[in-house]
Amino acid sequence: MADKNKSIKLAIVGGGPGGYAAAFLAADLGMQVTLIDPEKNPGGVCLYRGCIPSKTLLHVAKVVNDAADAKEWGVSFNKPGFNAKKIRGWKDEVVEKLTGGLGELGRLRKVEHVRGTAKFKNGTTLIISKKDGSTDSMSYDKIIIATGSEPTVIPGLDIDSPNLLNSTTALDLENIPKSMLVIGGGYIGLELGTVYAALGTKVSVVEMTPSLLPGVDKDMVSVLSKRLKGMFESIMLNTTVSEMREQKNGIKVSFEGQGAEKKAGIYEKVLMAVGRKPKSKDLGLENTQVEVDDKGFIKVDQTRRTSDPNIYAIGDVAGEPMLAHKATHEGRVAAEVIAGHDVIYEPRAIPAVVFTDPEIAWCGLTQTEARGKGIDVKIVKFPWAASGRALTLGRNDGLTKLVVDPETERILGVGIAGAGAGELIAEGVLAVEMAATVTDVGMSIHPHPTLSETVMEAAELFHSHSTHYWRPKRKS
Amino acid sequence: MIKEIKIPEIGESVDSGEVVAVLVSKGDMVEKDQPLIEVETEKAVVEIPSTEAGKVTELSVSEGDSVKIGQVIARVDTEGEGEEAGQEAPEPEEEEAQPEKEEKAEKEKAEEKEDKAKEKAKKKEEQEEEEAEAEEKEEPEEEEEKKKPAAKKEEPEKKKPAPKKKAEEKEEEKQLAPAAPSVRRLARELGADINLIPGSGPGGRISLEDVKRYVRHIIEGGRASMPEAAEGIKEMPDFSRWGEITRKPLSKVRSIIAGGTAQSWSLIPHVTQFDKADITELENFRRKYSKMVEKEGGKLTVTAILLKVIAAALKKYPRFNASIDPQKGEIIYKEYYNIGMAVDTDRGLLVPVIRGVDKKSIFDLSVELLELADRTRDKKVMPDELEGGTFTISNQGGIGGTDFTPIVFWPQVSILGVSRASKQPVFDEEEGTFKPRIILPLSLSYDHRIIDGADAARFLKWVSEALEHPLLLDFE
Repeated sequence: MADKNKSIKLAIVGGGPGGYAAAFLAADLGMQVTLIDPEKNPGGVCLYRGCIPSKTLLHVAKVVNDAADAKEWGVSFNKPGFNAKKIRGWKDEVVEKLTGGLGELGRLRKVEHVRGTAKFKNGTTLIISKKDGSTDSMSYDKIIIATGSEPTVIPGLDIDSPNLLNSTTALDLENIPKSMLVIGGGYIGLELGTVYAALGTKVSVVEMTPSLLPGVDKDMVSVLSKRLKGMFESIMLNTTVSEMREQKNGIKVSFEGQGAEKKAGIYEKVLMAVGRKPKSKDLGLENTQVEVDDKGFIKVDQTRRTSDPNIYAIGDVAGEPMLAHKATHEGRVAAEVIAGHDVIYEPRAIPAVVFTDPEIAWCGLTQTEARGKGIDVKIVKFPWAASGRALTLGRNDGLTKLVVDPETERILGVGIAGAGAGELIAEGVLAVEMAATVTDVGMSIHPHPTLSETVMEAAELFHSHSTHYWRPKRKS
Repeated sequence: MIKEIKIPEIGESVDSGEVVAVLVSKGDMVEKDQPLIEVETEKAVVEIPSTEAGKVTELSVSEGDSVKIGQVIARVDTEGEGEEAGQEAPEPEEEEAQPEKEEKAEKEKAEEKEDKAKEKAKKKEEQEEEEAEAEEKEEPEEEEEKKKPAAKKEEPEKKKPAPKKKAEEKEEEKQLAPAAPSVRRLARELGADINLIPGSGPGGRISLEDVKRYVRHIIEGGRASMPEAAEGIKEMPDFSRWGEITRKPLSKVRSIIAGGTAQSWSLIPHVTQFDKADITELENFRRKYSKMVEKEGGKLTVTAILLKVIAAALKKYPRFNASIDPQKGEIIYKEYYNIGMAVDTDRGLLVPVIRGVDKKSIFDLSVELLELADRTRDKKVMPDELEGGTFTISNQGGIGGTDFTPIVFWPQVSILGVSRASKQPVFDEEEGTFKPRIILPLSLSYDHRIIDGADAARFLKWVSEALEHPLLLDFE
């Protein structure tokens, strides 16, 4: 089979989790693969400036917070000291190790790694501006666009100041500021806010909607808000930033809306985390038949093929949700399609995880979505207060929720808020993808004592037969 | 009054089909019994008439859609200029997406139910929110979305697999078929729509076996089970390596023919017996009486006469009218004589069946044969008219050729192939000269499991002689 693909010359523009996954599989399937990315090794935003560095720092934050919590149980530590340079070094080491490993995996597979950026001359030709200053024009049979996304800014507020950070510069951890304002109560803002708060920064969050993590089920957000309220200096909802002005000791920020009067003031750093936008500009797409929608996403079909027959697009640049694992899956689908396999991208459940403490994770149909679309579902919730394992961790502030089709009793979605929710959601993904029913999950023996039992018990609750939670049968 | 138009019962063992043509548009005025769409079932194309007269306010199917018996295909306002037309319009997307759910429920009820579901979900949520001692107050999602576009927020869709466009929404809804990823992939590889496959598992879950069974069923056109032979099909070469190719899906009729003939070929040990009939006298008779038959709207053809001859032959040699049941080790003799006629249509070969041939006169058969063949070509034949044959005649005389070896139409055991008659010199023993005679070549393919060569030779000899001396028919 590999022989058949030997003659296919494939270029992949962008070396993130979508791009390198596509490159590796395409190489495994026998194609001649070129991966074009400005960095020394594959990894992209996720490894260099996103998931991995932020999770490294969030783990640091977790250790700090856990140590503080231990006081309650009779274990006290001295006030922690922070060495920003060393924390940065630790984070960089993790990134270096991972990306280096990916580089090695690419070499073993004979993937040609070209350091540079690429632009389309036409549907099959790329002009590659290499890192060393030279330019090359190369033709390929197929090209996959995997250029990802970049942080957006609010027009008018993107002042030129070293104290205005975005998700990338915030991860550089130049210093540990005394105060920080996070604009945007989405997952990036809350994760980075959590990091800085743990390191001693007084963090305030401003969010224009009435809730943190807009769009996420409220009962899950409320689990997180409770803890964040103790961790953050302030959380201003229904509030927007009206003006920012550079000052000697930071940035002066004025607000509009509900939280306006009380928190106007000077912040040493301001982190703008208001979302990301696809990187589809400056690719020379006008020289191809590729179509882009009004938000800048490249239009693709179920095989991830664009309107140009030889060009595919995957990951953030090809549409929501902008998540690394979705990009990886798409990349593998595109590589298989190019190899001639009859496959399509058709996930039932794309897990999303907010790596705050507690974590929030969900997959498949959410309660909010079901309500919005008028889909008849039955919701079952198992509160972690009834979980033995949660109690032993001192973290009974959690919730495991199943969104179930009342007729077939099939699990359509899972939501988990609590410590380690990100790891627990994988079971939910499997359940949704396999079309498991509540009985399937309820009858699968889960290890005791673990948090994973909450998923089993939530499933049992559907028939009001949970062992550790009593709920009278309701007629609905 | 808005009335629903549903797909009626079309025929025995038919439960779904494909829309091949939509004959009216939204806004059209239609009469009662006016055909609205054409549906190609496993056995025929059927026109679906309107059961009401009025204005079409909604058409919820389009060409290429799969539809089921009982599914609502359109709504007709019986008062004509219905004002609701506009209101009704935006619904169909959802309906199409989940035809099973919608098919039985009346529109109004469905809407009511939807609203109720929304309300219920909301109420439930509120209730549970209280239970969960949530501190935030409920805010309907829409409100959030509408807040000023100063957009200092994380895109709410950021982390959930939210649909962007209507078309995609449809896709997404469709993706809810309860099947594991591996099962979905297999179905795709076999060219089956996972959404049409009935699941045998809990909650309607579709197993690997369900997919195989379904595909087998499709291949056989809904007939009995097939021997486990389909496995191990060799992979197709990549034809595009040698030049341009176009791939087109097999039409339903084509795939039924493909499956049926392949099955017959692999199941039945075929032998073909040849013979020639002198039909000079028969032709004289035919010419003499054809005018008379024409007056009654029929056409006195060799085939019509053959029908009568064959029915008599089947009575004399009942094995040719039987079927073999190897599982039970039995021969099934049929006390009726229903003879199928192979008709060449633009969709492929169809075999309508003339029932009770032995009880009908050649005159009647001439009229029925012409009418049935015309209806078959005009796609107006009903599916049950293609069922229940005990023997088949395939006459290629109108086209040409000397002899051919037809394939037995399982579960029948024999088939008569008729080629073109021609004038040939035949030696007359009495007069010692060659005389021009009209000779008709006949080929009889039969199932050697149940019929021996000598029987076949006798059968065909008998048919030939009966054609030469029609009086023999009543002689024995």
